Formats: sequence, C-alpha cells, structure tokens
Amino acid sequence: MIFDVTVEVRLRPGIADPQGATIERALPALGFDGVQDVKVGKSIRFTIDAESETAAFAEVEDLCHRFLTNPVIEDSVVTIAAGASA
Amino acid sequence: MGATVAVVRFPGTNCEFDVVEAVESLGGQAQIVFHDETSLGGADAVVVAGGFAHGDYLRPGAIARFSPVMAAVTEFAADGGPVVGICNGFQVLTEANLLPGALQKNAGLKFKCQMADLVVASSDSVLTSQAQVGDVLRIPINHFEGNYTCSPETLAELRGDDRIVVRYAENPNGSVDDIAGICNEGRNVVGLMPHPERACNELLGSVDGRVMLGSLLAAAGARV
Repeated sequence: MIFDVTVEVRLRPGIADPQGATIERALPALGFDGVQDVKVGKSIRFTIDAESETAAFAEVEDLCHRFLTNPVIEDSVVTIAAGASA
Repeated sequence: MGATVAVVRFPGTNCEFDVVEAVESLGGQAQIVFHDETSLGGADAVVVAGGFAHGDYLRPGAIARFSPVMAAVTEFAADGGPVVGICNGFQVLTEANLLPGALQKNAGLKFKCQMADLVVASSDSVLTSQAQVGDVLRIPINHFEGNYTCSPETLAELRGDDRIVVRYAENPNGSVDDIAGICNEGRNVVGLMPHPERACNELLGSVDGRVMLGSLLAAAGARV
C-alpha cells in the first residue's frame, strides 16, 4: 500500500529559532499585535510503500531518527494517510 | 617526508585549499579527498574542512555524513587516527556521531565573522598537544550555526573527562559552557568552530593557528 506521509520537524524547546524570532519581531509593524510564540519548522512530504499503516509508521519513525531530524536539537511529528497522492 | 593530511571535500566545501596551504606552510603534505572516495589514500591525519557541505540541505552535515568518504573517516578514527573537523566539518562530525552534541543557530541571531580569543582548556588532544592549558589563541570564526549544545549528561561527561579542548574567552554565539571545540573519548577526534587554518600567516593577522595544526601534524607524524 502507498501512504502519504508528512513529517513536521520542530526545534526542541530551548533551541534557538532565529527565523521565528525575526518573524515575531516584524509582526507589530504590520498590525498583528496578538500573534506570539512564532516557531518555524520544516515540513517534509513523501510517499511510502508499506504493508500496513503500522509498518509505514515504524519505518518513518526510523527515518526521522536516523536522518530527517537531529534528536539533539529537533523533534518530529509524523502524519500518515492511506491512499496514493496525485 | 612529512606527514600527509587528507583534506575532505564535499560538494560545497570551501575551506579545503586554506587547510592545504596551512598544512604545507608547516612542512606537512596535504591531499584533497573527494566525498565519493572510499579510501583516505594512506593519509596520516584527516581534516574535514569548512564550508557548506551539500548546501547544508536538511541540516549542516546531515547529508555529508552518508558520503562514502565518511565510512573511511570513521574507520580511521576508530583506529586512533587523528581527525579534525573545522566549522562545517565539526557539524559533520557531530552528525556522524564521531563527536557528541550538536551545533544550533547562534544566540543573537547573527552570522558571526570575526576574530575570537580561544582559551586552551585541554592540551590532551591531537589539536592542542603543543599548546599549554590557559594559552589564548586568536583564531577567526565564521559561522551561523556554531552554538554548541548537548544534554546535561553529555556536558558533565565532557567536563569530567577533560574533553572540552578550547573555550571562547568571550562567548560569541551562546555555546554552552563557552565551548569552541571538543574531542572524543580517544582524544584523537577534535571538532571546533573557529578556523585555525586562517590564522597561520602573519598577513592574515594571527599565526596562532600554527600551534593547532602543528599539533595535528605531530600526531600525524607519529603514525608515519
């Protein structure tokens, strides 16, 4: 089965996020006074061929741990949906 | 015949010729080793030079660590061979798990390009054996992601085992415990953000990098 996968890579709490901080600093000038806690991460999308959603999830978790994130500074959130993407 | 230093070059590396020049000025021999090579050509030491390996895509060092040459570097390091990662090379060595921790973006959100005073914290490494603890070396830094971070357990281990090799006199980037460079348990693998190869000629404003690369050549010479 083909699954659509989205991996959101986030900086772990306490890790410097200069892009988020810079965006946040620019907001008041644009009139967005209520926006806070801006964090910038990465979204990595791909498809995976696996026997089941559980198997797909396990493989993606392994991929995240070994390659897509650096566990010292980053966390990941994996979303998997059945069905081939267009 | 002097010792031979293999200088690793990935696509996007840009400090390899500076390292070659500095090594040769100290009487050593240097050879560039490309990322897709599987052998270090019998070299006696390795420098993973700075730059932007593989464009720093994904994360600095994340792609480079899977290059064929890194298997050879890992094997060489496991055999006790002297390995130094400078700047982006330090990032590559942490990604390759040859050194602990990681380099995050600088505190203060600025790319830093300036001279830095480094205080030698340990002379028991392949990069500082010819220096004395407490020596202050003027070495340039040039990085955006040089803010060293690691778990509290790792930091305690680095401190307890005297594995912090150089510290910044004035912390430019937010690195934990002012760390500029560390070594592995075997003390033969060193990573640092500052660029000793850019401080080996009086025309460049400092020759303090010579004691570092001189130490590396001495370690390499011991393997000839």
